[in-house]
Amino acid sequence: MSKKNSTAVERDDVVVKFVGDSGDGMQLTGTLFSDTAALAGLDLATFPDYPAEIRAPHNTVAGVSGFQVHVGKKKIETTGDLCDVLVAMNPASLRSNLKWAKPGATLIVDSDAFDDSAIKKAGYQTSPLEDASLNSFNLVKAPITMLTRASVKHLDLDQKTVDKSKNMFALGIMYHLFSWKFDTTFEFFDSKFKKKPDIIIVNKTVLEAGFNYADTVEALQSTYTVSKASIQPGRYRNITGNTATAWGFLAASERSGRPVYLGSYPITPATDILIELAKHKSLGAKVFQAEDEIAGICSAIGASYTGSLALTTTSGPGLSLKSEAIGLAVMTELPLVIVDVQRAGPSTGLPTKSEQSDLYQALFGRNGECPVVVIAASTAANCFYYAYAAAKIAMEHMTPVILLTDGYIGNGSQLFRIPKVADLPDINPPLAEANDPDYKPYRRDPVTLVRQWALPGTEGLRHRVGGLEKENIIGNVSTDPLNHQIMVDLREAKIQKIADFIPEQEINGEPTGDLLVISWGGTQGAVQEAAEELQKSGKKVSHAHFNYIMPLPRNTAQVLKGFGKIIVCELNNGQFVNYLRMTHPQHNYLQHNKVQGLPFMVTELTARFNQIFEEESI
Amino acid sequence: MINIHNLTIERSNVELTKDDFVSDQMVKWCPGCGAHAILSSVANVFPKIGYRKENFMLVSGIGCSSRFPYYMNTYGIHGIHGRAAAIASGVKVANPHLSVWINTGDGDSMAIGGNHFIHIIRRNIDVNILLFNNQIYGLTKGQYSPTTPMGSITKTSPQGTIEHPFNPGELVLGAQGTFFARAVDTNPKLMTEIMFEAARHDGTSVVEILQNCIIFADKTHEGVTGKDVRDEHQLILKNGEPMIFGKARNKGIHLLGSRLEVVTIGENGITEDDLLVHDKYQQDPGVHLMIAKMSLPHYPVALGVIRAAMYPTYDDLVEEQITYAKATSKIKCVDDLLNSGDTWEIK
Repeated sequence: MSKKNSTAVERDDVVVKFVGDSGDGMQLTGTLFSDTAALAGLDLATFPDYPAEIRAPHNTVAGVSGFQVHVGKKKIETTGDLCDVLVAMNPASLRSNLKWAKPGATLIVDSDAFDDSAIKKAGYQTSPLEDASLNSFNLVKAPITMLTRASVKHLDLDQKTVDKSKNMFALGIMYHLFSWKFDTTFEFFDSKFKKKPDIIIVNKTVLEAGFNYADTVEALQSTYTVSKASIQPGRYRNITGNTATAWGFLAASERSGRPVYLGSYPITPATDILIELAKHKSLGAKVFQAEDEIAGICSAIGASYTGSLALTTTSGPGLSLKSEAIGLAVMTELPLVIVDVQRAGPSTGLPTKSEQSDLYQALFGRNGECPVVVIAASTAANCFYYAYAAAKIAMEHMTPVILLTDGYIGNGSQLFRIPKVADLPDINPPLAEANDPDYKPYRRDPVTLVRQWALPGTEGLRHRVGGLEKENIIGNVSTDPLNHQIMVDLREAKIQKIADFIPEQEINGEPTGDLLVISWGGTQGAVQEAAEELQKSGKKVSHAHFNYIMPLPRNTAQVLKGFGKIIVCELNNGQFVNYLRMTHPQHNYLQHNKVQGLPFMVTELTARFNQIFEEESI
Repeated sequence: MINIHNLTIERSNVELTKDDFVSDQMVKWCPGCGAHAILSSVANVFPKIGYRKENFMLVSGIGCSSRFPYYMNTYGIHGIHGRAAAIASGVKVANPHLSVWINTGDGDSMAIGGNHFIHIIRRNIDVNILLFNNQIYGLTKGQYSPTTPMGSITKTSPQGTIEHPFNPGELVLGAQGTFFARAVDTNPKLMTEIMFEAARHDGTSVVEILQNCIIFADKTHEGVTGKDVRDEHQLILKNGEPMIFGKARNKGIHLLGSRLEVVTIGENGITEDDLLVHDKYQQDPGVHLMIAKMSLPHYPVALGVIRAAMYPTYDDLVEEQITYAKATSKIKCVDDLLNSGDTWEIK
């Protein structure tokens, strides 16, 4: 495949969004595009955007499924605010996504899909391809359906099979746009459709047809050249946050010698962790798909008592159901990791949209004085490391840990530099030794206040735990008032001590300045990029992104001290900012919040930060 | 007694006694409560089962029955209301080398924990459930439960209950239970025998124990257990033997078409040969269900092991799948996993 007449434009980064009817194969198209980008040496981040319904009515806005990919030679921190290229397979997807296209963006549409009925269903009065509404864009009207059919006519296949490969025509156009090769995509077809040779031929033929079409008709005003990213050397792969979470736990299991046990109930957007761990029985993972959320966590508590690295995975509504059992794990001081892949709430909310609004629930949502460790991953790739850290803290400190991720980083993907398991930190669970004459269920390590893990089957350690308050050290049921006070205080102190074992809070920028931007969890990329933009413009802005929330890093007070103003940005109505107001009340905190089920855009953040400088005349 | 042939659970190499299992905690049930007899039976049967004492594990929920683990010197979890079956599922799946016993009541397992109760049975996880059925909420002081007979006056039903009660046996068999037995707290010998059979069974064993709550539902089972009526009102099942009961041992159960009837030997030409012979191993639960459902005043109440059918257990299948995966998968460690699929080197 040679190319002619292309004017190549050199770019640092490009954002591409594939949109179509759910069932048009947009998720696969996006995934194949990103794999090819990765092998071309680019850094990238992806985000699938799909409806809650599996197949919403055909050609409606409700049924639009999308996949956004941000590729670049620079470090890619976000999936990109607005796209440079929008590939729209039908009128509904164009209508619902045009607002995410940059001014002057290239729109590639399947013009065959713009018939009267589809135009009306999308809510247009007239065809947007014929009126002047898209004049400010570089509109490419490609008869994708027709050309797809024509390209494989000689194969004499049924139209349904042929039409299903339309997405590969669009992908072919994109490969032309980036001057990429087909190799990895062809390899994918060969392995995926091994038993369906027809499908392999169709997909390959259509992909090439799309490429050749773009080349022949010179549909695109220019093509992109994105040179290789300067990425730290090493072995890489693409990974989603949910897969990274599952793998982090498997690594922690291997390093601690404690077998993985997951008790879980399917819930969007957390189910992929359950699905992933279910694949890895060869690594000894036991995965129990429970009858409900409560059984998921309760079975994990049972497994934890017997010495497993016990996990339960869920999203907000499921975390609500697990509250009472988390209290049992706090009372029995058993290790347990509860993953909450947050979604927009309350109640069922927006199941496929992302939010950070479960923080209060994670910190406070239980009866009694009931402290648990709360940590939050911030990128798809670092879900691996925070899952590992959550497991390490849970086992070494004998406590439940809530790991917060969200739909955005859980489903999104990123390049992941593959670590060696041997290079990960040691995990040393405090196992009690057989026949230890001094063993008592609530005897504690004097420094960490951690009790020992005495596994059933071990000689000389028979003991009972339970939800009733226990006598300090001895572990018998106790209703003594002063003992209860002691035990409440000990459980709290044990969690606070963990601050001595987690990293100090880092500041991106100078330790003092005019404005400290604070964020936590899955918003790191956008907030960091926005803060860096202000830094480049000479403003004295620094950024602190929190991953450890309960307890906070031990230098948090120091970090907050050095700035004239502090603004906390989060995808909720101010949960972390209020937590800081409670724990560090001496500061006046500004806040920037959004609850639209959407991630932050860099532009909205820079606008807000600049506004502070203007209004507050810093 | 027959030996237990469970190869998964390690046997004790010393002879154990009841004292090996008695805890030093004060037993705080009301004097005269039927739970005392159950505790004594469990402490008697554990040493007979023959496993190492460290391999016994008790799990309970909430309620009077659920204080049980504190009174036994074993490993144990006193859980939260209704969740004993869920906690125990995790215990057994994570460590199949443990002999797991659930202590639960009619409120704990038939009401708040009903979902977990039916699903542990459906999965056939190899645990033993001792269901203390006193037909009342005792620990919360006398509200009706899902097994309280219709019309009963309780604190929350001052005009009598208007709910149809569960028969736990029906629920167990409806959930595809492989083992169901019924005992009474007034017959410790039978109770001990049944518990031993429960331990011997591979899969979820449910033992319903008709237990008296002396404070809030005293004599609720008197029609079955009363000294003056018990011979006429109890059918004690023996596998392979005809179903005979009555003080004079002249009454029996006969299968007439598709239903059971009570007959008298020697009347209307009925002989022992006409009686139903108990087959607890029968795969089809039809007759087991009829036996489990027998109730006063038309029938005696069946005691003993009603069903003990052989099916694979969930925990065995988990181990099988893991063994197979370990033998066949290319991924032997997490480094293999991290480097599987599409990866590339950046220099």
